Amino acid sequence: MLENWAHLWDQLPLIVRIVASILVITVPLLIGMAMLTYFERKVMAAMQLRQGPALVGPWGLLQAFADGLKLLSKEVIIPAGANRVVFLAAPMLTFLLALVAWAVIPFGEGLVLADINVGVLYLFAISSLGVYGIIMAGWASNSKYAFLGGLRAAAQMVSYEVSIGLVIITVLLCVGSLNLSKIVEAQKSIWFFIPLFPMFIIFFISALAETNRAPFDLPEGESELSGGFNVEYSSMAFALFFLGEYINMILMSGMTSILFLGGWLPPLDIAPLNWIPGPLWFILKICFCLFCFIWVRATLPRYRYDQLMRLGWKVFLPFSLIWVVLTAGVLVYFDLLPK
Amino acid sequence: MVNIAFFVFAAILLASAVRVITAKNPVHSVLFLILAFFSAAALFVLIGAEFVAMILVIVYVGAVAVLFLFVVMMLDINFQELRHGFLRYMPVGLVVGGILAVELGFLAATQLIGPVEAAGGPTAIPPVSELTNTQAIGHILYTDYVYAFQASGLILLVAMIGAIVLTLRSRKGVRRQEIGQQLDRKRDQVVAVRKVPTRGGV
Repeated sequence: MLENWAHLWDQLPLIVRIVASILVITVPLLIGMAMLTYFERKVMAAMQLRQGPALVGPWGLLQAFADGLKLLSKEVIIPAGANRVVFLAAPMLTFLLALVAWAVIPFGEGLVLADINVGVLYLFAISSLGVYGIIMAGWASNSKYAFLGGLRAAAQMVSYEVSIGLVIITVLLCVGSLNLSKIVEAQKSIWFFIPLFPMFIIFFISALAETNRAPFDLPEGESELSGGFNVEYSSMAFALFFLGEYINMILMSGMTSILFLGGWLPPLDIAPLNWIPGPLWFILKICFCLFCFIWVRATLPRYRYDQLMRLGWKVFLPFSLIWVVLTAGVLVYFDLLPK
Repeated sequence: MVNIAFFVFAAILLASAVRVITAKNPVHSVLFLILAFFSAAALFVLIGAEFVAMILVIVYVGAVAVLFLFVVMMLDINFQELRHGFLRYMPVGLVVGGILAVELGFLAATQLIGPVEAAGGPTAIPPVSELTNTQAIGHILYTDYVYAFQASGLILLVAMIGAIVLTLRSRKGVRRQEIGQQLDRKRDQVVAVRKVPTRGGV
């Protein structure tokens, strides 16, 4: 039966197979994103002793879809003096970049859309492009709050990319390949968050800064910029920014699980644990990281801007640089370098 | 298929490069420059140099162009006025353009006469066909060109220190936050519990 299906699958033209696999990734991703906003509101409500959304659908499960419908039915307002083309291109770019990154994510052994040699670099490149949507939105809105938000985003994301790059280098030193599937397979014996624990923490904090999440959500700082780069956006244009931000959160959680938490691998390769299929483990790990994202948001106050810069350049950068050298030294000395 | 892709990306690259110098708005120029970088990266992917392509996107698009855009957005210059000097600057522009064109001609000529490997240029120790191109670049960069590589690193370091020295100025009368000092404080240094008598004050 299964072989028949596989045979039928191979018979389909290439273009159909590619479109089908893209849909298989993006549709659950968008539903997952909707569920994430619900999850975030429920978890934060629980942490603040509230109920959270509870009225739309059973346990409020359909709240996210109601919100989406509401945004769809609103009017797109383009401010006078805004640069129309750039203004409308910015949210599209944000959303597009958030989705294309998923092409290289391995969900299980061999379950990947494009198994390219330089997967990690591709992810790093795409996540560093995310800032353009925000800068373009800030500039094109022709509003000082939006512009300040855009400038903050640019400076912040460039600063934290440096330490993310160095963290990725330490992981690559232990793997010897830039391919994401190989990175996961290299963690068969031990997940990298144990030997590289400080880098795991730095990566997680930098991921918070890279996705503009609390406590580093300065580009949208409600208290001083009244919403930041997306003040002037309404309706679907706003919704696209929102979607982009949440999909980026899921992506960063996925990257954390691939680099440090062993991707689709079970914690121990023993009987009850390895019955659970790999993709499920991967999703569980992503959920764990997302919970941490929300937990941080519900707990910590926002950073001041100069403190944010100081943390990126004066603390994370030197520390991760030292760890790169240290890891390389240990690997060479004990002859553990991957062949 | 690859040929069609090549022509599409090359056309986008050339068109956006032309728009970089013809666009009225400097921010649009930078955005077109980014599109040009991106198409160049796509061309690298097409010839199988995926490592160079990704590095191009990460370094130029992801970092350099962001700062570039940052600066251009902050400028408040009347660009119509700048265009008045066009004829005066044209000779210089033509000379630079001419030199570049001659250099490109030389490059094309050497390619026509014979590829670099035939002239005894460096080759990777394990043949490149057996490696991913990340490994191949690593092999060549850290063996044949290790001194040149280190030297370029040093030059960049000097440039970086130069930029810092030029912009660093210590202003007087600025109260800075000393994080170390702040964390070092003990409770009894900063909190004092007093009994305040009624109507007496502290």
